[in-house]
Amino acid sequence: MNLSNYLVLSAVLFTIGTSVVLLRRNAIIVFMGIELMLNASNLAFVTFARMHGDLTGQVVAFFVMVVAAAEVVIGLAIIVAIYRTRRSASVDDANLLKS
Amino acid sequence: MSPTALVTQVDPGPGLATLVETGRTTGAEEVLFWVLAPIMVIAALGLVFARRTVYAAMSVVLVMVCLAILYVAQEAPFLGVVQVIVYTGAVMMLFLFVLMLVGVDASDSLVETISGQRWIGVVFSLGLGAVLVGVVLTARGVAPRGLEGANADTNPVGVARVIFGDYVFALEVVGVLLITAALGALVLTHRQRLEKRMGQRERAEARVAEGAVLTPLPAPGVYARSNAMDAPALGPDGRPLDSSVPRVLRVRGQERSVADVAARPIDGTEHLIEVDEGLGEVPGTGSTPPERGITGEEPIR
Amino acid sequence: MTSALASVPAAAAAGSAIPATGVFEYAWLLIALPLAGAAVLLLAGRRSDAWGHWLGVLASGGAFVVGALLTVVMMGAPLEERVQDVHLFDWITAGAFDLAAGLRVDPLSLSFVLLVTFVGTLVHIYSVSYMEHDAHRRRFFAYLNLFIAAMLLLVLADSYVLLFVGWEGVGLASYLLIGFWNHEKPNAVAAKKAFVVNRVGDVGMLVAIMLLFAAFGATDFETVFSLADGANEALLTAAGLMLLLAACGKSAQFPLQSWLGDAMAGPTPVSALIHAATMVTAGVYLVVRSAPVYAGAPTALLVVAIVGAFTLLFGAVIGCAKDDIKKTLAASTMSQIGYMMLAAGLGPIGYAFAIFHLITHGFFKAGMFLGAGSVMHGMHNEVDMRRFGGLRRYMKITWITFAAGWLAILGIPPFSGFWSKDLIIESAFATASGEGWQPWVFGTVALLGAGITAFYMSRLFFMTFHGTQRWPGHRVSQTETVDEPVQDPHESPALMMWPMIILAVGSVALGGVLAFGNAFERWLDPVLGYTEHPDPVLPIPVIIGATLLLVLLGAFLAWRQYAAAPVAVVAPRGSVLTRAARRDLYQDEVNETLLMRPGQYLTRSLVFGDRQVVDGTFTGLARLVGGSGELVRKVQNGYVRSYASTMVAGVVVLTAVVLAFRI
Repeated sequence: MNLSNYLVLSAVLFTIGTSVVLLRRNAIIVFMGIELMLNASNLAFVTFARMHGDLTGQVVAFFVMVVAAAEVVIGLAIIVAIYRTRRSASVDDANLLKS
Repeated sequence: MSPTALVTQVDPGPGLATLVETGRTTGAEEVLFWVLAPIMVIAALGLVFARRTVYAAMSVVLVMVCLAILYVAQEAPFLGVVQVIVYTGAVMMLFLFVLMLVGVDASDSLVETISGQRWIGVVFSLGLGAVLVGVVLTARGVAPRGLEGANADTNPVGVARVIFGDYVFALEVVGVLLITAALGALVLTHRQRLEKRMGQRERAEARVAEGAVLTPLPAPGVYARSNAMDAPALGPDGRPLDSSVPRVLRVRGQERSVADVAARPIDGTEHLIEVDEGLGEVPGTGSTPPERGITGEEPIR
Repeated sequence: MTSALASVPAAAAAGSAIPATGVFEYAWLLIALPLAGAAVLLLAGRRSDAWGHWLGVLASGGAFVVGALLTVVMMGAPLEERVQDVHLFDWITAGAFDLAAGLRVDPLSLSFVLLVTFVGTLVHIYSVSYMEHDAHRRRFFAYLNLFIAAMLLLVLADSYVLLFVGWEGVGLASYLLIGFWNHEKPNAVAAKKAFVVNRVGDVGMLVAIMLLFAAFGATDFETVFSLADGANEALLTAAGLMLLLAACGKSAQFPLQSWLGDAMAGPTPVSALIHAATMVTAGVYLVVRSAPVYAGAPTALLVVAIVGAFTLLFGAVIGCAKDDIKKTLAASTMSQIGYMMLAAGLGPIGYAFAIFHLITHGFFKAGMFLGAGSVMHGMHNEVDMRRFGGLRRYMKITWITFAAGWLAILGIPPFSGFWSKDLIIESAFATASGEGWQPWVFGTVALLGAGITAFYMSRLFFMTFHGTQRWPGHRVSQTETVDEPVQDPHESPALMMWPMIILAVGSVALGGVLAFGNAFERWLDPVLGYTEHPDPVLPIPVIIGATLLLVLLGAFLAWRQYAAAPVAVVAPRGSVLTRAARRDLYQDEVNETLLMRPGQYLTRSLVFGDRQVVDGTFTGLARLVGGSGELVRKVQNGYVRSYASTMVAGVVVLTAVVLAFRI
């Protein structure tokens, strides 16, 4: 087996994460889709690190995790705030940007 | 050999081979991959199709645990552990907390509201997958080097050298980012109190102002033939007190009237009993619902 | 008698102006007095309603006193000091162009000053009574004063540019006064018509000024006239024709005469002062003043004569058919100014006679207009002569004064008109060259015009004051009864009578006095230069005899038709010529067909093109942008997932491109 399999798996996971973002309306699930995309990219980074024999890829993946943690905190806080005011966690209900 | 030096050595070289053709994994790793990869894909697809949010969350947890295993297999044990701790341990639990807060039973309707969005999403996702896989399969690279050299002093030490060496500034910035995020979450979820806080005194005063009964409600009646909770007690005027029967029983229509529990002669001995004409029929008994009690109890809802 | 002497340019013969000295330095008072009067009356508002008209009379009268004083002093001055220039202030200084505002005081301008201020003052006095019941009498006097000031500025200006200021000023005053009763639409329309037609002439004025400036680099008379001698003939001809255009506009000469008849919508004193005596003669003044320019442009001069001759007949024919007393007088004015133009077009031999006739005409025509106003005053503002008749018994003084004016315009000796008009007719029969078709044509036209004038003026006179009574009165009328308010003709008050009497005296005597020993001609010599008069192609007694014969014939015909025979109250259908003349010989129709309609169509098509093509392009662009925005707006539906789809699409496309081309 060669390492590109990991990359293909990463691509597949990333695609699934994208489709989750595009298809699901529950904000929490959408968020999980984003996390899935981040994880898929992490897998790619780790694989790249291994290919190049360089730990930088792993470090980048580490930073991605940290930033993702921060992002989750904020994102979920936003979801909770929206849920409090609108009693809904659907992304389609928050379409006040229109007009 | 510093990591940057390693990067500089990455050059395609004359014998340019595609990534597909390069490979250097052990058989055990291959088995591991082929076991885990389908599981991960199926679990990820569960995120797409799961009707219940908790299932979706659990499938994501599964994907992340599998990823952690793959990290370890890919000579990144530190990341694998961090993955388990940070993602599955912290992030996903946070997700579950929020899920509980929002409502576990808020199942997501899969009926599409934006016309065409489902097809657009599917097409674009497939397109994205196609181009990404295309990129991977057509990319040209070098023969994998492996991380034996970099992980000479164990992987965490190697990673630490890079983080606290080359990326120490980025690390500080990320720390600031985390603190900011924590503050941001506090600010976002903070609720401004718009009215005076409702204390015990205020509640009591509101009750009095409402005209509600302040005392405990009367206990159910105790009769010779019944001391169950479904029979109302009699008030000082001899009328049954509706409020003495628990509200639940009244709502369900399971209370009994006083007549049901009144003393009754054995069959065939009715004539032996002298009917007290003065008392007459007990008011409030019989099939018709009793009138409102004199105590002014709360109405049956 | 030599043609060489006759064609000597006037300016060269007269010498140039000298700086004003002594009393002439106060010539600015002439303009300042009425201007101040107008300003006070307009600014003081209703506070001056009670005394404003008298202030107006005072301002005009003051100007007359100043003018008379200057004239007396001028008469005592030696010949070479009679052209004086009063420097007022440096007006326009731009590069090499240096124009001072100044007044040119000379016999010519002083003649006008006297005419304008004298007749003007009389009309002011007349108006005090005539406009007594008008709520806006003060405003009327303000406009009259404004007119006097502008007219004096026009005649006193020492440059074409300053003259143009006065030119526009009298146009403005004329517009304001024609439309004085502008609450009635016909009056407002008439005022607008006068204004617009005058603007056509003003274009000529402006072009002439530009031409002269381009050629000579100056616009003051002094420089222009000295340089005009020996200048390019084509240039002078062009300038002369443009000046003629301006004169046609202001003096109601063909083809810009159509406004004068409608201008009678204004109050009658206005018609007397502006549209008979003074403003309409400004064109003649312009031509005469520009004599040095015309001296080098014989063609332009010929055109002036032709225009004058044509208008002479044109106005006379119209006058024969009109039943409106004021419009008949307006046609007569047009015709008489045609005489003046003809005289001016004859060149140096006619200039002085043009001005002479202008002065006498100013008196007798103003007198007749005031008489017509008096008649209207006594007849409930009736203007239809067919509803007059036999008024001499009720308005004795009006009848007599009007008769003086009538005899004067007919040219019966020794009334004023005889002296001036006869000179013009004689001159028309003579030209400087003395040969060719011109004397015969112009002379015949002038002769014929005198006959027609006699007919229509006698018609007017007889229809109004003689013949049968055709208005419903207390006495039983012989003609058919009309359902109209009963007329009670009465004489006008003294304030109206005295100006008429004074003007009548002028109509009787002024011509003879001024003609005595060619006094007026000699008076103008410092300006126009001395000119020998060539002999006419016919002997002078023959011309005088023929003229008188024609005049008497015309008057007799009019008497037979309108005094001896009954006059129909409703105008008969009349011949083709009569019907045409009633409609101003279709001048309005011609103007409308040839100028107005095409102009309107042009405007409309331009507007259409502007809307459709120019605006259409830009509104189309805007609509395109708006429409595409409307389309794109649908993409902005507010749904996060749609935006995410767009992002993903972008990523897919970008990656696909990179993948395909290996960038």
